[in-house]
Amino acid sequence: MNLVFSLDWLPILGRGMLVTLELTTIAISIGFVIGILLAIGEVYGNRPIRVLSIAYTTLFRGTPLLVQIFIFYFGFPSIGIMISSFLAGVLALSLNSAAYQAEYFRGSIQAVKKDEVIAARALGMSKLQGILYVVIPQTLRMVIPSWSNQLISLLKFSSLVYMIRVEELMYRGKIIASLTFRSFEVFIIVAMMYLGVVIFFSNILRMVEKKVRIPGLGYKSAQ
Amino acid sequence: MDKLIIIVNGIPLLLEGLIVTLELGAAFIALGLALGLAIAFAQVYGNRFITIFCAGFVQVFLGIPAMVLLFLFYFGLGEFGFNISAFAASVIAMGLRSAAYQSQVFRGAIQSIRSGQITAVKALGMNLFQRIRYVVLPQALRYSFAPWSNEYAAQIKDTSLCYAIGVTEIMREGRYIVVQTFGNAMLIYIIIAFIYLGITYFGIWLLRYWEIKLRVPGFGIN
Amino acid sequence: MTIKDIILKVEDIHKTYNGLKVLRGISFELKRRETKVIIGPSGTGKSTLLRCINQLTLPDRGRVWLDRIEVTDAKTNINKVRSSIGFVFQNFNLITHLTALDNVRLGLMKVKGMKKQKATEVAMEELGRVGLADKAENYPAELSGGQQQRVSIARALAMNPKLILFDEPTSALDPELIGEVLEVMIELAKSGMTMLIVTHEIGFARAVADEIIFMEHGVIVEQGPPNQLFTAPKHKRTKEFLHKITQLYGEEEAKN
Repeated sequence: MNLVFSLDWLPILGRGMLVTLELTTIAISIGFVIGILLAIGEVYGNRPIRVLSIAYTTLFRGTPLLVQIFIFYFGFPSIGIMISSFLAGVLALSLNSAAYQAEYFRGSIQAVKKDEVIAARALGMSKLQGILYVVIPQTLRMVIPSWSNQLISLLKFSSLVYMIRVEELMYRGKIIASLTFRSFEVFIIVAMMYLGVVIFFSNILRMVEKKVRIPGLGYKSAQ
Repeated sequence: MDKLIIIVNGIPLLLEGLIVTLELGAAFIALGLALGLAIAFAQVYGNRFITIFCAGFVQVFLGIPAMVLLFLFYFGLGEFGFNISAFAASVIAMGLRSAAYQSQVFRGAIQSIRSGQITAVKALGMNLFQRIRYVVLPQALRYSFAPWSNEYAAQIKDTSLCYAIGVTEIMREGRYIVVQTFGNAMLIYIIIAFIYLGITYFGIWLLRYWEIKLRVPGFGIN
Repeated sequence: MTIKDIILKVEDIHKTYNGLKVLRGISFELKRRETKVIIGPSGTGKSTLLRCINQLTLPDRGRVWLDRIEVTDAKTNINKVRSSIGFVFQNFNLITHLTALDNVRLGLMKVKGMKKQKATEVAMEELGRVGLADKAENYPAELSGGQQQRVSIARALAMNPKLILFDEPTSALDPELIGEVLEVMIELAKSGMTMLIVTHEIGFARAVADEIIFMEHGVIVEQGPPNQLFTAPKHKRTKEFLHKITQLYGEEEAKN
């Protein structure tokens, strides 16, 4: 078994990684905003808002991302709405991520002690102030571990948009592989690149989590 | 009604695809379950060398996108003359990946069993195998239900990725219908979406039912 | 006594939970600088009554006035009213992600709109008053129960309230931590703070209360100065309850 690698691949794959990171950043950000709104809607909203939020997360979490990508890329043009491949990819990834982020935010919101919100109300805070100053800051701290998993999952699943010709890392790997007939070598490099970024992100997020950890929590009272 | 005819004509194709999808899902989950449990126990009870090896395996399979794994196992191995079918390559790649995920679920569950119980049965004279069989496993599996049902849902949905290497599962059949009928992509993919939605939530519901049936009073409190 | 001296007036409060009549027509008044203690068996609606006063629980019927403003009037800005009523909870309810100092500053800055520097001054003063100036930078999880409850008293005090409601402030504490909280409350009573306290600490009640209210089954059975209630209760139930609780907590403590 002789392996053939080429340095020429690296700039091409590097540019692909930049597109992958771009997709991930945009999708996680849009997903964050929609996700937190869905979660607040699900916990504090009235009945119609709650039903809508639950329906959204159920639909997007219950169907494969690939189907969602195809609905945006093939589905919408078939009913006369033209979407570029990059936009279709970004939309599908963002809306999909929003559903997962909403679930994590909801769990964290519900884990904030209700008594603390009552204490804030007893000080004269409005419901909105209670959410802003008591619930959200704790929610954001608690959600970091599951949110990190979602970021990493999104980064990996962004590779699916190669199928609609978004020129990210996977797409470029496939092009090189089909030109050089060196699938194994090319995809080992691609795999290492993904793995490296994944490990880098998990470590950064673990550091953030440690930094914002509330002293004393989870340990025995220090008196 | 054109649309209705397209749907009716498409049903046999979609059903064929659905069967392949379910076969893939069952294979991923079964391989992942067997190997995942083994890795979990190895990580908890194994020596240093085994623990490090398992951790490496898990890190690699969790850190690489499923799509890249599929390509490596199908096209990559094909380069060296291992000509396995797309279905077999899918099962190996995704089964190993699922094992990595499932091992995390089971490891967490095993570690959440209170050590006092293990000490207690050690005092009764049980050996390692007996301790695992009669104390650890029955509790660990119960703890695992909720995260495991997430894993089930993820595996079912991820079978769609095998479309990329040419397995004729439900997405591939759907694509055929779209191409043959010149359009109707929206209609077909929405139908497929609802089929996935159905099997995903049916499975979750079934697992939930089973979990409640097997529930031990007071379990999970504290 | 003039009408001006009355700071809190509670009139005919009723509350039903799931068909259970928790409060069945409670009326009383609280004068400025007065300390009133509510005692009674568990589950007789004492905590519900306190929550009805600042509308954390909405009563089914009845009215509440604070300083001649009707709290129960729908047109009243309830958040403004709440900011002038301190509330000390059984389980402290400190905000987990905030330090002791930030817990005390929270209401000052977000409700009263006070500047950070000024809020810090006020908060540090109140933390000093409860003897916890050195714990200002600690988080709730780093404090003992007694310390947490003292921070929560400082949080209430900082708002410069017209009165403070205490809902069994020592019930969640280990026995050895009760003293430090009661000490702070005794100091407050001496300084002339208006207080309405639900507690099972009979000895403390007898020592600080200007008047004791004995409540059972959602009604006030008897009220009067501590000495009268302890030495010559008018009702048989009062006598029985006091007898039982003094036996439970020890004769000595009850006398103190």
